Amino acid sequence: MAKRTLKELSPGQTAKITQIDAEGALKRRLMDMGLTRGSTVTFHKVAPLGDPIQITIRGYELSIRKDEAEHVIVE
Amino acid sequence: MISIALAGNPNSGKTSLFNELTGARQHVGNWPGVTVEKKEGPLKGHDDVTIVDLPGIYSMSPYTLEEVVSRDYIMNERPDAIINIIDATNLERNLYLTTQVMETNTPMVIALNMMDLIEKRGIKIDTKKLSEKFGGCPVVEISALERKGIDNLITVVLKNAKEKKAPKPVNFDADVEKAISDIQDIFNLKDDAGRYYAIKLFERDSVITENYKMASDQKEKLHAILADVEEKLDNDTETIITNGRYDYIAEVMPSIQKKKVAKNEQTMTDKIDSIVTNRWLSLPIFAAIIFVIYYVSITTIGSYTIDWVGAFFEWISGGVETFLTNIGAADFLIDLVINGIIAGVGAVLGFVPQLMILFFFLSFLEGCGYMSRVAFIMDRAFRRFGLSGKSFIPFIIGTGCGVPAIMATRTIENEKDRRLTIMTTTFMPCGAKLPIIALFVGALFPDQPWLAPSCYLIGIVAIIVSCILLKRTKGFSGEPAPFIIELPEYRLPKLRNVLSMMWEKGKGFIIKAGTIIFVCSAVIWFVSGYNWTLQAVDPEDSILAAVAGVISPIFAPIGLGSWQATAGTISGLVAKENLVSVLAVIYHATGDGSETDPSLISNIQQYFTPASGMAYMLFNLLCAPCFAAIGAIRREMASAKWTLAAVGYQCGFAYVVAFIVYQVMNAIM
Repeated sequence: MAKRTLKELSPGQTAKITQIDAEGALKRRLMDMGLTRGSTVTFHKVAPLGDPIQITIRGYELSIRKDEAEHVIVE
Repeated sequence: MISIALAGNPNSGKTSLFNELTGARQHVGNWPGVTVEKKEGPLKGHDDVTIVDLPGIYSMSPYTLEEVVSRDYIMNERPDAIINIIDATNLERNLYLTTQVMETNTPMVIALNMMDLIEKRGIKIDTKKLSEKFGGCPVVEISALERKGIDNLITVVLKNAKEKKAPKPVNFDADVEKAISDIQDIFNLKDDAGRYYAIKLFERDSVITENYKMASDQKEKLHAILADVEEKLDNDTETIITNGRYDYIAEVMPSIQKKKVAKNEQTMTDKIDSIVTNRWLSLPIFAAIIFVIYYVSITTIGSYTIDWVGAFFEWISGGVETFLTNIGAADFLIDLVINGIIAGVGAVLGFVPQLMILFFFLSFLEGCGYMSRVAFIMDRAFRRFGLSGKSFIPFIIGTGCGVPAIMATRTIENEKDRRLTIMTTTFMPCGAKLPIIALFVGALFPDQPWLAPSCYLIGIVAIIVSCILLKRTKGFSGEPAPFIIELPEYRLPKLRNVLSMMWEKGKGFIIKAGTIIFVCSAVIWFVSGYNWTLQAVDPEDSILAAVAGVISPIFAPIGLGSWQATAGTISGLVAKENLVSVLAVIYHATGDGSETDPSLISNIQQYFTPASGMAYMLFNLLCAPCFAAIGAIRREMASAKWTLAAVGYQCGFAYVVAFIVYQVMNAIM
């Protein structure tokens, strides 16, 4: 089965993060913001022009682009 | 002298707390060698204590300038204590930075901010437990906005600095702890800050590892340890540490914070966002906000105050003239002071009220949390050209004045994006360029009134084309910077905070631009009124005419080989609207010398063809902005090289556009 990413969730869906599939600065930044293995993330909404997206993580709202969301593997 | 560093996440209320601690006595500068802002000031009532405001950061990684500057300050300057300010409504992520600050082995106090909101929401935070779980460091409840708990915080932090009691850092997994202590052994990192460096080496922190002189056997041992742990825990060491920190926080959270929030309950922020970032409403709302701000600050209150300031300077210059005449000052001195300096400086300072009103609104939008929504809404549209959503605000402001537009780029964290925005934002026709447009369109294309408004379109196209071009050059190429921004909760900012943000933005303009303008006005006045033997002459025989005569052949390919046109462009550097009045003087216009003066219009029709007039207008709209704006570029780039590159690019771009337009129009007309 192909890995599911945060980008593929639909608005309102919640999932558990299993891995950050990135390297270097991007990986560290995502993890620094609280997107770590085992944490729960909710796909909140998509921006009016279709990108970026708004997610809820560790009780706060974060905006990342779909390009970045693609690196967040969820289950 | 006692120094106390203030560390915390962005949006944690750090600026408000800093203002409360220091009052108005702040010194704003840059951290050495970088364009990151550094603020410090003496603690209120304690002149022997300095508060240093570290940049707002989420982590102490080696990947951003702000983070490196902050950790270097703590590790190299060794402040006597750290106040770690934490947003109590967002504990988990804020405590993540806390776990890192604790490792620096510096006495520290946790300032638990926004306690007023916590109470309102019925959340309970056990501060004793919090202190216990975070190395025994004192926890003080405050509300920086409501000015509560500040005195207590000061007492606790001063006591803490005196006792020199650093918190005991958080522990990781047994395997990780073993590796860290092995690294401490190998590198003899037994002293106070040893654990900090050992963890950085464990994480493979690029900055620390590169700067650390290690013997080859040490290097081998380190690699062996890291490889061993990575295999055992099936992850890279940087991830292991980050996971370790967050796992620890998640583990202790239930004992610290008791929430009785029902699921699916909408917060105020959710409700506002459901309208403000709504799919259909967000763009109209954004457009309406921009329109109102623009309208109020530039058109209504703005133009009122400009007239008022103009009258004020007229009054001053009248008074000064009488005074100088009475004391028998030489004519040239009176002329220099009145027509050179006061007129020049006055023209620029006339913009100050407008700017302040504009900055007031922008500070409010920033303070309440709307600015990050702007980035969220507009990002998609701008990414196409290699910029992020945050560049939109400067471009809008640029239609009023380039100086605040360039200063507004501060909110763009990514350095490449910020430089690109600074370089292109003055392509938007500012208020001072409108007389140029009116004159040339009115004189040469009276039947095409649509040309004037399309200058805004030309500005937008120039920005887009430049971004696409510049993105291909060395300074700007590379992967787009990741867009990862917090959408903080909406808050009604306090008036005093908005005013202090406004003043901080506007103050720089008055001081820096004021000094540059002061000198430049005097220089332009001199070269346009005197010849090489320092005699007062008509503009035709002045130094300006001579210099313009030498330069003007450069402009022959765009149809502007005359010294008059070049002199107009040069004087436009002081203030763009000067171009019109200088042309009026040079061409001996008989009317009032404004863009509607019929004699000037017929001069333009006589000396310019439609092609050369169009080329001239476009060149002046797109080339280097006025000195005030160049000064702002210099200030925000914090580099002479980048300033030159920006101005050079703008002039080059303007030249190419003017050349193409001139040649094409000549060919088809």
